[in-house]
Amino acid sequence: MNYPLFHGSLARQVRRTLLDSRFMQSLAYPHGVDRYLELLNPLWAISQVRARITAVVHGTSDSVTLTLQPNSNWLGFEAGQYIGLTAEIEGVRRTRYYSLANSSYDTNGQIEVTVKAHSWGLVSQYLKQHAEVGQVLDLTQAQGDFILPVSRPDHFLLISGGSGITPIIAMLRTLCDEHYSGKITVLHYCRNPQELIYGDVLRGIAKDFANVELQCIFTRDPDLHEGNEFNSPERLSLEQLQCRVPGFAQALTYVCGPPGLLEQAELIWCQQGISQRLNIEHFTASVLAFDHREDPLGTVSFLNSARDTRADGRSLLLLAEAAGIRPASGCRMGICATCTCKKSTGIVRNLITGELSGEPNEDIRLCISVPLGNVSLNL
Amino acid sequence: MAQFQYTLTEEQLDQFGNELEALRRQTLLDLGTRDAEYIRMVVKVQRRAEMLGRGLLFAGLFPPAWLLGVMSLTAAKILDAGEIGHNVMHGQYDWMNDPTLNSKNYHWEFPSVNELWRHSHNYGHHTFTNIQGMDRDIGFGVLRMSDQQRWNLYFLFNPLWALLLAVNFSSGIALHEVEVENLIQGKRDKAEVINVLKAVSKKSSRRILKDYIMFPALAGPFAFVVFAGNASANLLTNMLGFMVIFCGHFPDGAAQFPASVLANETRGKWYYRQILGSANIDGGKIFHLLSGNLSHQIEHHLFPEIPAHRYGELAVKVREICKRYDLPYNSDSLTKQFGTVVKRILRLSLPS
Repeated sequence: MNYPLFHGSLARQVRRTLLDSRFMQSLAYPHGVDRYLELLNPLWAISQVRARITAVVHGTSDSVTLTLQPNSNWLGFEAGQYIGLTAEIEGVRRTRYYSLANSSYDTNGQIEVTVKAHSWGLVSQYLKQHAEVGQVLDLTQAQGDFILPVSRPDHFLLISGGSGITPIIAMLRTLCDEHYSGKITVLHYCRNPQELIYGDVLRGIAKDFANVELQCIFTRDPDLHEGNEFNSPERLSLEQLQCRVPGFAQALTYVCGPPGLLEQAELIWCQQGISQRLNIEHFTASVLAFDHREDPLGTVSFLNSARDTRADGRSLLLLAEAAGIRPASGCRMGICATCTCKKSTGIVRNLITGELSGEPNEDIRLCISVPLGNVSLNL
Repeated sequence: MAQFQYTLTEEQLDQFGNELEALRRQTLLDLGTRDAEYIRMVVKVQRRAEMLGRGLLFAGLFPPAWLLGVMSLTAAKILDAGEIGHNVMHGQYDWMNDPTLNSKNYHWEFPSVNELWRHSHNYGHHTFTNIQGMDRDIGFGVLRMSDQQRWNLYFLFNPLWALLLAVNFSSGIALHEVEVENLIQGKRDKAEVINVLKAVSKKSSRRILKDYIMFPALAGPFAFVVFAGNASANLLTNMLGFMVIFCGHFPDGAAQFPASVLANETRGKWYYRQILGSANIDGGKIFHLLSGNLSHQIEHHLFPEIPAHRYGELAVKVREICKRYDLPYNSDSLTKQFGTVVKRILRLSLPS
């Protein structure tokens, strides 16, 4: 079904003006217009960015590529940016961040993400196993400043490791779409050909565009190498760069991948004195630290008050009070929810259930939570 | 009141407390898809009932439509206040990480201001349940609901005040934080009272605007029909709310406690107080839903942070535990429970 009234930018303006008016919001008080609109269609919400899944492709055995059609609240993106995707798993909403992989010139308004499913990943495993066409997901607007410069240089060096390929693919597709005439070198590290995400896309572009040079390095597969005689396994190094990418020091470089690769790149570019030509995307797979070494003696940081304190096995409420912060509190036994607070990072244990909260930005109750290791709170 | 006597030994109280604590832990660990789907379903039903009710009232010149409209809108208002609003604001669904079902974000139509409500109800009433002089829900500051409250001429009209509170229940609850009884005695900071009044009137004005001006105005020539329908739905919501809430702690058998029990009160004693101080109402599924599952007041007071739709199944286990420890488990029909509440209101209008 197509609802022309609800698409297009003019329609969006009209809809917004009508539905988001004080008049409508007064009628919909106190829940707001969205809570009624989404009964008809979750995509019609006027404040929440949502998207319908229009295609699901399992490119490799441990990844899934989703094509999404966002609703009219979506403001677009630039190649290299990422979005937060929210999935509800066992009743709990969990948000993870994924880079977009399509060209920013795509005109159909659809966006594409590729999710690598880690064995420990809750959301990635969920999306791999349960994402289906027609499903509606909540998203955030595109974020991040890992983007191409307004004036294009003569040479781009795009380096990626593993699933860090996704923003690189977006940049590559975007540059090709605009018929960028400079040189593009793609240096991609991957364990083995079976785990190579976007292999077909990379090969296709390298074949169609003479200015694109593709080098895939398989780090866990010594018998195989592709596109180059270079032997694996190997890591990013100065020698390797000098050998594989002549003139790399003059290229504008983008790196996205696991922490080891990023550190190595930062070190090399820093030593060469060309850090200003290096752009890095810190994408860290959100590791649920349930196997985390339990350390009751970390540091608790109260972000809003700019204060720190050492944990000593007491509840976060007692620690906060000892540090001179007076958070709202009530029953002090986990029933009244007055001391509910956003935990920004770290792991805490619930004293009633023994459950661990390891997710960033989870609500916890201070009076029945003890920190394990370093924890930061929005207090 | 003399020193409170527990019917159990210290050791038994600890054991009893541990059993309930285990039940709490077990249920909290089990929360998941079922609970999320349940509350989402209730929210959907609530929104649909509201739209249906308001829609039918536009056709309210036709009496059956008006009647159905009032019923549907009342159901919506009751669900918004009880099973959704009251329970969400207890933090029962905070674990879902859903901003629309979060105790700190949730806005209900009820004129109570969220932060004030969470303080007076979640903390005050639920921590100091039925403690004379501390639980301000005993009589809500305007009624005489305990022999321990000193009688004066004002309480001669106890039944009248009760009736007035019943028909204005939501506003009465919203003004709870004014602490009228303390204001009269000069124990309340005037500036604070003014702030409470400002916040409450700001919140109430939104509902008044919607129910008594905007929706009637939309009906044009039938404004009065819609106005009357909305007023009726609000009245019915108030009356049902009053009945359910007053059956929670004031029927015969619900105990009140002196403040001395708070000194070194163990978890077991706290649970003991919650059970003895609360009363359940028997009924079917629909009744429990409409009461916000507060018909399971005992379970709600034991486990205020557990999603209320679970109270029915928890009640079976709590009953069994009470039986083993030979504790009274106060549960009866609405007529019986409310009957004894009315008797109490009447009896306490005279000096004890």
